[in-house]
Amino acid sequence: MASSETAFAEAHRARGLAPFLRSQMRNIAPFLTLIFLSAFFAFASPSFATLDNLGNILTQVSVTGIIAVGLTFVILCAEIDLSIASIANVTGIAVAYFTLQDSYVNIANIPLPGAIAIILSILLCALLGLVNALGLTVIGIPSFIMTLAMMQIAAGISALLVRGQIAYKVPGLITMLGSGSIGGIPWIVIVAAIMLLGGHLVLTYTRFGRYVYMVGGNREAAEYSGLNVKLILGAVMVISAVCSGIGGMLGVAHFGSAQQNEFDTYLLDSIAAVVVGGTSLFGGRGGIGNTIVGLFVLGVLNNGLDHVNIDSFLKILIRGLILLAALIINVYAQRLREKAAE
Amino acid sequence: MREDRSPILELKGITKSFGGVEALRGVDFALLPGEIHGLVGENGAGKSTLMKIIAGVHTEFSGRFLIGGQETHFRSARDAHAAGIAMVHQELSVAPDLTVAENVFLGNQPTNRLGLVQWRRMAREAGEQLARFGIDVDPMSRLGDLPIGLQQLIEIARVLFSGARIVILDEPTSALSPPEVERLFTALRRLREDGTAIVFISHFIEDILLVSDTVTVFRNGRKVAETASAATSKGALIEAMIGRGGEALEHSYTDDLMLPQPRDSTVVLKADQLSLARSLKDVSFEARAGEVLGIYGFMGCGQQELSRILFGKLKPDSGTLAVDGTPKTFASTAAARRAGVALVPESRRDMLFHQEPVYKNISISILDRISSLLLKPTQERDIAKRQVEQLQIRPPVVGLDLGMLSGGNQQKVALAKWLTYPPKLLVLCEPTRGMDVGAKNDVINIVRDLRARGLAIIVLSTEPETVLSLADRILVLKRGALVREFKNEPVSKDRLLEAA
Repeated sequence: MASSETAFAEAHRARGLAPFLRSQMRNIAPFLTLIFLSAFFAFASPSFATLDNLGNILTQVSVTGIIAVGLTFVILCAEIDLSIASIANVTGIAVAYFTLQDSYVNIANIPLPGAIAIILSILLCALLGLVNALGLTVIGIPSFIMTLAMMQIAAGISALLVRGQIAYKVPGLITMLGSGSIGGIPWIVIVAAIMLLGGHLVLTYTRFGRYVYMVGGNREAAEYSGLNVKLILGAVMVISAVCSGIGGMLGVAHFGSAQQNEFDTYLLDSIAAVVVGGTSLFGGRGGIGNTIVGLFVLGVLNNGLDHVNIDSFLKILIRGLILLAALIINVYAQRLREKAAE
Repeated sequence: MREDRSPILELKGITKSFGGVEALRGVDFALLPGEIHGLVGENGAGKSTLMKIIAGVHTEFSGRFLIGGQETHFRSARDAHAAGIAMVHQELSVAPDLTVAENVFLGNQPTNRLGLVQWRRMAREAGEQLARFGIDVDPMSRLGDLPIGLQQLIEIARVLFSGARIVILDEPTSALSPPEVERLFTALRRLREDGTAIVFISHFIEDILLVSDTVTVFRNGRKVAETASAATSKGALIEAMIGRGGEALEHSYTDDLMLPQPRDSTVVLKADQLSLARSLKDVSFEARAGEVLGIYGFMGCGQQELSRILFGKLKPDSGTLAVDGTPKTFASTAAARRAGVALVPESRRDMLFHQEPVYKNISISILDRISSLLLKPTQERDIAKRQVEQLQIRPPVVGLDLGMLSGGNQQKVALAKWLTYPPKLLVLCEPTRGMDVGAKNDVINIVRDLRARGLAIIVLSTEPETVLSLADRILVLKRGALVREFKNEPVSKDRLLEAA
């Protein structure tokens, strides 16, 4: 036993510190980005580094965070889900559709008890996720295309449900979780934290989580190991849709209204959070920890730009450039790691 | 007669080494115009290296290289092409989404003065060329819609009619059906009359004897024989290919080896009439507990497809499988694994996770046996440590990334993942390919140990040595059909080659 420990130590010494750091590039780079951005905004604006503002940032990233939990599973499998924002939107609209609205809201909806409304809405997003899953695994449509179609389908269902109107009321539980707070902490932040933690536990400590990493790491090898790859891919598509649906319901309560195209910016934000955090677009590397760092990078960036005096149109360009930089790091980190492994 | 003609290509004293290993040693080779020259030899005998020198792929070598009596040195494949040398590689290299005509003219489509493609002229000329070859297809149809054999014929036709004076064909017949082979031979004979020199490399010695004028045999980087095809036989060629006497360090299996009396143990796997498109035809066999069944055949004989069918990765077009007497149709590899079948494919890259630690590679196939919901990392590492110890995997560190291990040790990991809960049937593809002698022996011992534990084992290989060193019973697969069974009888390398 002692000999194997020595060998292990030797192997590590042989590799040295530099290769180790290179192999950890994808975890280190996003963290450095976060520290750099925080320091920059703290220096540039006195109102940025305050406890109040930290609360703001947490609240601002919560909906993205909830959606990004499921998306992390998908990207770890080297797939993509472009329908997350649309599914969030349609689920938020559905839960309002099943709730009694005030008389001035002109939507022909079906009021149901709150619990049933919530269950039906979750079933709806799970069903849409299942369609994604079947398209991907049974028919064999690439996820990029399949979820692009689903993005349109979900948007279409949303449009049919609200017909250009706006609904305001959602079930009490959703209102509380979306816009209430407990002991000064917004419920939505707590929900996001619990879901991120849950996602992390599933990915790290369960058999399913291991399968997700292995399928993402080498799909062919996973199949030759006798794993049911299609089942695992299908499952992550459903998980992604349900996370999006929960994010959508709480988001509607958070914004105070349910309407068409409400979540459009969340598609890019969620993908950006996962990828900026360092989860590999090629699958098998990264995790919820990376997604959390990515969320904070985006949150700090969006929030910080509001604290400094910048042309609001320039902000869009800056966000794009930061995303590009993160993608470059993501691809480089993969290459460096492959080199370190050789 | 051939003595009257001067060679179009002449190589003298060619020596070529790769990193200190000599692949060719002082080879002389001459090619006459209007000659079909067959080339035979085992894998690694030097045939391909020589042809790559001729085709300008390898440019560093010593020796003289003359074309039409002129000393020449190619700096690239482009130079060789310009000198009228063309090569058709074993693997199909066509563009399936383009039309037949586009494929025939790939890279030199007829254009008008504006640089626009002259479609009508291209289609007409392509049709004419293919008709000379006896191929009657619409030149504007999509190439990928045609059968593989026809696609291969079209690729060969393109090269043959490109105006090349020297054409090298590497294993052109392995994917062709008998009538297609006949068509190819007709075209080759016609080209010979036009004065083209053709080199024909093949494992199928009957084909070589049928079509070529001269045969050259290679062994261990040397030319060991050159004779007129009419004056030799299959047996004589095989003997020249594998040689006699102890020149190899390893056991060369040239002498007869006695296969044991077949065991009367339970039938673990029964395959009945398995067929798959162009790969397999009515393959039926049984694998028994405590027996190693060897399946030997040339590259492309259908072995790979057969192994994938047994593990549920491919679905046969027809035919049935039964495990322990129960009929099975595997919907996925997971179903095959649950039924007790395990596969180690020929490519380690396909079945291992290079960026994950060794223990995760070993535990992946048995995770559902040791944990239901939550992982048990300690148990996983213990199991992995036991396997690493038993199979003597080096270095013995289960936390190391798999990519840091040597090839032989990776192959052991590929075996280890199936051994904690041994399957009923273990299918091994090329289990010792590319391994050094020590690792090879380790693998052979592991397989024998598993046989003693009562597993049914199937070893598929294109190397006769691998099959002979492991198998109790040997089936020979030829162009997708089982053609011979060796059991309870003497067998040797030339008997195997003879049958294939």
